[in-house]
Formats: sequence, structure tokens, C-alpha cells
Amino acid sequence: MVTVLLPGPLRDEAGGAARLTVGAEGTLHAVLDELAERWPRLARRLRDERGELRRYVNVYVDGEDCRHVGGLDAPVRAGAEVQVLPSVAGG
Amino acid sequence: MTTLLAIGTAKGLFLATSTDGRRSWEVSGPHFAMSGVYAVAVDKRRATPRLLVGSSSSHFGPRLATSDDLGASWHEPELAPVAFPADTGASLGRVWQLAPAGTAEPDVVWAGTEPSALFRSTDGGHTFELVRALWDHPHRPEWGAGFGGQAIHTVLPHPHDPARVMVAMSSGGVYRSADAGASWAPGNTGIRAYFLPDQWPEFGQCVHKMARDAGDPERLYAQNHHGVYRSDDGGDTWASIAEGLPSDFGFPIVAHPTRPGMIWSFPLIADHSRFPADHRCRVYRSADAGATWEPLSAGLPDGPFYPAVLRDAMCADDADPAGVYFGTRSGDVYASRDEGDSWSLVAAHLPDVLCVRAAEV
Repeated sequence: MVTVLLPGPLRDEAGGAARLTVGAEGTLHAVLDELAERWPRLARRLRDERGELRRYVNVYVDGEDCRHVGGLDAPVRAGAEVQVLPSVAGG
Repeated sequence: MTTLLAIGTAKGLFLATSTDGRRSWEVSGPHFAMSGVYAVAVDKRRATPRLLVGSSSSHFGPRLATSDDLGASWHEPELAPVAFPADTGASLGRVWQLAPAGTAEPDVVWAGTEPSALFRSTDGGHTFELVRALWDHPHRPEWGAGFGGQAIHTVLPHPHDPARVMVAMSSGGVYRSADAGASWAPGNTGIRAYFLPDQWPEFGQCVHKMARDAGDPERLYAQNHHGVYRSDDGGDTWASIAEGLPSDFGFPIVAHPTRPGMIWSFPLIADHSRFPADHRCRVYRSADAGATWEPLSAGLPDGPFYPAVLRDAMCADDADPAGVYFGTRSGDVYASRDEGDSWSLVAAHLPDVLCVRAAEV
């Protein structure tokens, strides 16, 4: 099992939950695919229809920015914590 | 009678309502806070008016939502209403335009998007399908991208003939279909593209906004990136109607909902000086399809004025007499309840206004 932590602006898309538990593990891709199956509106806030992570969405796997550890291929172990955070951007 | 004015801004949607004949307004919002609201439609072809809103968040991407209770609640489908099919390799930047079709097709809604594409809904705006023939058009690789991105920002369904629809884009021009979107042809003859080596190309013109005359569906108006034009033949040919305006640059052009020949614009000085003409807040109106123009400023700020009005940030309502509305990049929204003769402030200090739409509801 993997825990996914959501920022405030996205919790409405998951019934108000701040953390979700998903069965998928192995890669971040697999975790996000399960999100897309179970919470499709939430998932498309994170990735576009090509499956690419949105530019100003950051995802940390056990505290590591996924973009530094393989992107969507970043390894996600059983028991990992995947944290979604909007990047510091905008005006 | 209640008049609803939907105000799309860079940081959300505001809804203004008037129940006293458009004399005073109550403003609520923001809905979709922190998202740019580029497209709003008020669809009155059903018993209960439906609001359709296209917004985009810098962080979380685009969304399209509907409301059947005038904004009290919003519905967004589980599956993305507007999405590019996998084989296109494209992804939706944002929805720029939402256009309900004519009354003959009460459940058809068109969506113009960035990147430049047209989508069609047959269920009132809940799900949309890419119009393949336009996406596959051989000209598409040569369409450019304006400063605001590459987008179909104008969709004009024919009011009576469901087979006919027109679109316009910046750095691409006007395209038309007479077979319900199965094939498309450019319609830019007479529109000058001063920014290209060949200034009279078949396509590539930078149309900022296009509007259809209330009385004659073959009569169209276009505000271009320099140049204001009219077509009397459904877009086959265009001729300048800029004489009488202080400038031929600007973004919006709005046609009266019922009075043939009446249009409004908000001229800016020039491409290289995007301030209101003469640094004054003035709407220009023509009552003779662009042959002559008159400035309208009663009730508008009378000092130096610098904010621009973007392409969809001016509209008319469907009341009689028609109301006219515009919002500025400085977040002020003005309304006229007498076709532009006089104006009053609806809301001030909003985020920059991207679009406005109004209707009696």
C-alpha cells in the first residue's frame, strides 16, 4: 500500500480526504494510474491527457522530487509516501 | 426579470445580477478562484438556463463545468469533457470559447480550444468530441501562435443552418464549414496580414474577434490585428470598415443581438501601443454596419485611461433595449442599459477581466 498526500486545493476531488491509500506500487506511474481509475477528476489535475505531469505540479516520493528520481518511472516501494504539492508559481 | 452578467477574470468567475432593470448589480464570487476563466456561455435553449465555464489553473490545468442553477452549484464530469484523443499527441491548454448552436440543435455546444481545435458536444456541454476535419486540415501546421497562445477563440454557429459554422483564430484566420464540420475552407479574402511578407495570404491573418450581424447571417464583422472588416457574403470576401474609427487596432467586436447593422468596438492605439485610443475610455458604436462610427463615453471615466479590453471582454445581452458590457484589464466592469448611450460601473477592482457574457435569465 502507498499513501498519497493531497494539498488543500485538490481535496475536494477526493471527497475531502487529505490522504489516500492506493494498492498500486512499483512506480509513480502505477500510483497515478490507480488515482485515474478511482478519482479521475483528481488525476487530471495532476497529469494531462497525454499522461504527462503538469508543469507546476510537484510530486515527492518519500521526500524526493520525482523529477530528480526518474519522473513517472520513479520507484515507489510498498509503504511509500507520495506527496502532491503545487509548485511556487504564479502571481 | 433578472439579468445575469458573468465576468470571467484571471483569478475566477464573478457573477453579477440585476433585478431592477440593470440599474444596480449585486456581485458574487469568485467561483473557480485562482483559475483564469477564458470562456463563459449562458445557454438559454433549455427551460433552465445553463452556465458553461471554461477555466484553467496554472497549477492544475483546464476544466469545464456547467451549472443549471445560475452558479449555486457546479457540475464537472468524472471524465474530462474536452480532451484530445491519444493519437493527436496533443493536450488541452484551455477552452477559449463556448458557443451554443442554433435553436435547431438545442443540445449542441461548440468549444474552441488551445491548441487550435474545435470540439462539438451533443449533450449540452457535458462531453465533447474533436472535430477531426479541422484538426487534420493541411493548413494547421502553418497556423501561428499569437501572444495569448494558438487558439480557436471564436466559434460562430449559423443561427438557422446547423450545417454551417465558422471559426477564427489569431495568426490563422477565418475558416468555414458548410457540411457540419466535415470539411473546412479558409475565408480571409480581403483581410490584410501586414505582418507577413505576402500581406494578402489565403490564411494566416490575425483575427482578434468575429461577430455575426443580427439581421443577416451572411454579414460578419471582424476586428483584426490592425484592420476592422465586414463581410456581406458569409466570409467569402471582406472589406474595411475602419474609416471613422480612431484606430483599426483592438480586440473585441460585438454585434447587437437583434438590431441589424449595430456593432460596438473598443479601439486601441496600435499594435505597438496597446492603450485606448487617445488614452480615453470610449466605446465606439456603428448603427450602419460600420459605415460610420460614434464615440460613446457618457458615464465612463473622463480622465486619462490606459487599460485595454480583451477580445471576449465585451458583450451584449438579449434584453430590449440591449445592454452592452465591457471589462478591463484593470478589473473594472461597465454596463450600459441603453445600447451604449450611457454607462455605469458594475464592479471595480476585480482581477483582470478576460471575458463577459450577459443575458436575461
